[in-house]
Amino acid sequence: MANVAIDPTVTHEEKLIEDLGYDDHFHDHHHGDKYQSNFITTYIFSQDHKIIAKQFLITGMIWAIIGGLMSLVFRLQLGFPEESLAWLKPFLGKWIVVNPETGMGSLSPDFYYALVTMHGTIIVFFVLTAGLSGTFSNLLIPLQVGARDMASPLLNMMSYWFFFMASVVMFFSLFLSTGPFSGGWTAYPPLSILPQASSGSASGMTFWLISLVFFVVSVLLGGINYITTVLNLRTKGMNMWRMPLTIWAFFITAVIGLLSFPVLASGFFLVMFDRSLGTSFFLSDIFIGGKALEHVGGSPVLYQHLFWFLGHPEVYIIILPAMGIVSEVLAVHSRKPIFGYKAMVFSMLAIAFLSFIVWAHHMFMSGVNPFISNFFVIFTLIIAVPSAVKVFNWISTLYRGNIRFTAASLFAIGFVSMFISGGLTGIFLGNSAIDIQMHDTYFVVAHFHIVMGVAAFFGMFAGVYHWFPKMYGRFMNEALGKIHFWGTMIGAYLIFWPMHYVGIAGVPRRYYRFDTFQAFSHFDELNQFITIAAIVTFAFQLLLVINFFYSIWYGKKVMDKNPWGATTLEWTTPIKPGHGNWPGKIPTVQRWAYDYSKGDRDFISQIEPLAEGEKDEVSH
Amino acid sequence: MTFLIVALSLILITIIAIQIGKVSELAAKIRGEEEMQEATNRRQSAYMVIFMVVFLLGCIISGVYYKNYMLGFGPHESASAHGGTLDNLFKVTLFFTGIVFILTQVLLFYFAYKYRAKKGSKATYFAHDTRLELIWTIVPALVMTGLVVSGLDAWNTVMADLTDEEDYIEIEATGFQFGWNLRYPGPDGQLGEKNFRLISGSNPIGQNWQDLKNLDDFHPGEIVLPKGKKVRVRITAQDVLHNFYLPHFRVKMDAVPGMPTYFVFTPDKTTEEYRQLLRDYPEYNVPADPKDPESKLLWEVFDFELACAELCGRGHYSMRRVVRIVEPSEFEAWQKEQPSYYFANVRGKADDPWTDRVFDAEIGARKAEFTANLEKALTAATPEEKVLPLNYITYETGSAKLASISKYELDNLVEALKAQGSLQVEIGGHTDNTGDSASNLQLSQQRAQSVADYLTSKGIAASRLRTKGYGDTLPIDTHETE
Repeated sequence: MANVAIDPTVTHEEKLIEDLGYDDHFHDHHHGDKYQSNFITTYIFSQDHKIIAKQFLITGMIWAIIGGLMSLVFRLQLGFPEESLAWLKPFLGKWIVVNPETGMGSLSPDFYYALVTMHGTIIVFFVLTAGLSGTFSNLLIPLQVGARDMASPLLNMMSYWFFFMASVVMFFSLFLSTGPFSGGWTAYPPLSILPQASSGSASGMTFWLISLVFFVVSVLLGGINYITTVLNLRTKGMNMWRMPLTIWAFFITAVIGLLSFPVLASGFFLVMFDRSLGTSFFLSDIFIGGKALEHVGGSPVLYQHLFWFLGHPEVYIIILPAMGIVSEVLAVHSRKPIFGYKAMVFSMLAIAFLSFIVWAHHMFMSGVNPFISNFFVIFTLIIAVPSAVKVFNWISTLYRGNIRFTAASLFAIGFVSMFISGGLTGIFLGNSAIDIQMHDTYFVVAHFHIVMGVAAFFGMFAGVYHWFPKMYGRFMNEALGKIHFWGTMIGAYLIFWPMHYVGIAGVPRRYYRFDTFQAFSHFDELNQFITIAAIVTFAFQLLLVINFFYSIWYGKKVMDKNPWGATTLEWTTPIKPGHGNWPGKIPTVQRWAYDYSKGDRDFISQIEPLAEGEKDEVSH
Repeated sequence: MTFLIVALSLILITIIAIQIGKVSELAAKIRGEEEMQEATNRRQSAYMVIFMVVFLLGCIISGVYYKNYMLGFGPHESASAHGGTLDNLFKVTLFFTGIVFILTQVLLFYFAYKYRAKKGSKATYFAHDTRLELIWTIVPALVMTGLVVSGLDAWNTVMADLTDEEDYIEIEATGFQFGWNLRYPGPDGQLGEKNFRLISGSNPIGQNWQDLKNLDDFHPGEIVLPKGKKVRVRITAQDVLHNFYLPHFRVKMDAVPGMPTYFVFTPDKTTEEYRQLLRDYPEYNVPADPKDPESKLLWEVFDFELACAELCGRGHYSMRRVVRIVEPSEFEAWQKEQPSYYFANVRGKADDPWTDRVFDAEIGARKAEFTANLEKALTAATPEEKVLPLNYITYETGSAKLASISKYELDNLVEALKAQGSLQVEIGGHTDNTGDSASNLQLSQQRAQSVADYLTSKGIAASRLRTKGYGDTLPIDTHETE
């Protein structure tokens, strides 16, 4: 290319925006930036998508630490049931039961189940839904489609604050005298409805329900916004096939969320009715606490259908944004177009569609008619096909690339490894005949932790390391990032890989102790090992937290607008974009998002017009 | 103190982390960004390969190490007829996924190593390849089709319910917080009706005693089943969800309040046979109690177990019942010994609806009891001991009219008197202690007379009989004298 900027202070890209950009007169309408006029409107009740993204991220990080610590406490109980936990008494109070004679302290079973429940709820909803999709959808959708902000900044702000309220209510429930909810993150009735059945089902469940209803509102407000923004606020030239895969992923995620979360909410409302108004949606034929209850005619299985109608799409709500981020990060750092861009989009669409017709594979053993399971087995195992396509495409993206190893690209590669390991075990579980034995064992725990827990976290980490420069104008420390990666990669496999063996041996999940059964008591050493691995792996996460907060203020400064040499629009904004993202005109898009190593160029930004005779990769 | 240690170590970690960060950035400045990145690429890509090797070897070695506890391998064989099919499916799936696992992980890490950025290297612009993409869409689809077909074939066979023509045993398990109530049908082979509203201290699963099918049902403390016979387990729950899980038999099904579920399986190994199987493995030749080297070996104390596999509250982990599989002959013997729950715990008590009825099963037993008592009375040494209690003669309340079910015991007496032609007896009448003593005394006299009248109506000479009312003073029925 021969065109070099004539004025040395104006870069090539700035000139392209100036020449080809679209003038929406944004800055004529926003004198003095009224949205960010004081501290409160700038940092707290901000309507700017970039600030809201940071709010989601930091709230998610706080929850991740709380949720992670909870898992360590119950892992201590599982790994070392003979060791005293009395030293935790200052933190956990009455939930540590100390034997007055021996001084031996152990976790009360009630609180063990409360911790397991809270760990699941917090990580699934607050960290991997709000913290992941909330953060990156907010940050990247306007920046990568070329919009000034979200379609409705007000709804966007409300989305965060509903999440915040959900957080506050859930946090307070931890301190109730009857304990937080303890019936599992799936909250199956009748256990979740009857306070007689479990102390956590008293006020703890009320708080849990209120919190999650707020959370559903948050997801819906966010989702409507993401969808509208992607559909209506794309800049000129940004047709759907020119969107980066991140945007496709966030868009599809938002659609799934919008269709499935209301069903969860309706399930929750019916649970509330059964708890408070004496209805019998999910209750029938129950004798408890020395009394036969009046409820007849309801079905606990109906709740499971409503729950998993969200519950299964939810795992894709978690994993799709991670997939999008990984696709983008892998392409940028291998300096190669993502392999099979259209196949990637279609496979995401296929996964999204199929995710709505596989929910009952969580219910093979719940007493539904076995004939129905045939359909769910078929659809479930079909999902393996688009998933396999994605894996092969990621691997092919690396093939003949020019891979630059950064913390972000390491985590992206780690994601693919985790997604393979965890995805393949899904083939066992999705096959109902094998699921007879595997259902509700540690094999399931290993499967979903690897495929949607660890993998989604890896996607999130990749995103944080990659877009941190865009968020704060500074880099995170690479050396610490790499130590963090290897510690997490090795640690996560050490935690979850052995769980497969425990599960194949038939050990059920959600057991407080294993020594009550001969069949389940062979794994004392392995359980200790898993616990130690979990503690060490958690410690490595502190590196991320330290690195993150240290780098916000003291990290290496970003000097180049486009530090990774990426093609997408977010890197055409100033290093620290203000409100409205672009100081002048909005750039227009001239080509698809993955022109890396094309011809003799290292990369060609999306805003650069096609050369004469040059064909766009996908829009032809 | 604990708090202080935690806080201090956190601060220490932070300082160390920040120092590592600073040093690395300083090094980058000295060596130059680009050269530093290249060194990083070299190092990190090498780690990728090392990780791949250690990871894959670790997977294989640990898998082999733990195989003796795993599904379908070593001693963890299935103990049911259908279990082998499921275990084979597991192995087939393990085979295919294993290949894909190794292949993709190797390619991923190898490519990461091979295509690291080097000085002057450049990526190839290679955006898609339709043929390649078709192959890796179609091949997984075909493998999946194979797995689906074999999986569903197994599933539909295992989950099929039984028809009435088939020969099977039906048993019932009811989960509650926190345990299982087990119920077997008696000789009639059928389980009686139950209703959760009837549950009480004396009726743990709410059996409806009006339903005659219930009367011979028994509640054993463990599941005992014959080898080689189909078993249909009717699974129910009393309070919250539970799950009927027999790990060794590959059986698992939720117990749902208000919706009975079932699972059909055929045990194909007895407990004893399974113990012999475990005997060959060193893992099972260790003392069962690690603290006591003298205790029995693990294989010797092995038992099949029933567990709960659906979160049901604080005691979820403790819902254990032993499952014992025995030879059919042993099963039959065991089954005969089991007392019916109704006759052992309900019969004659407040909630027994059948006070006006004698069941066939009882007639023989009562006769045997009568005969034994008669023998004892006849051979007794002193006149005071020559007393024959008549336990099953009852009257309508407050009256001397014999209840119809008294006739069985009276006929026993008639028979005995006819056999012992010379026997003279005094018939003593009694009442309970409600009402005043005077009228009770009178009633008891009338009651003794009713018995005597019945006996004479059956041809016993009135001269052999004397009657006496004891009122509410004595708890026995007939006095006899020679």
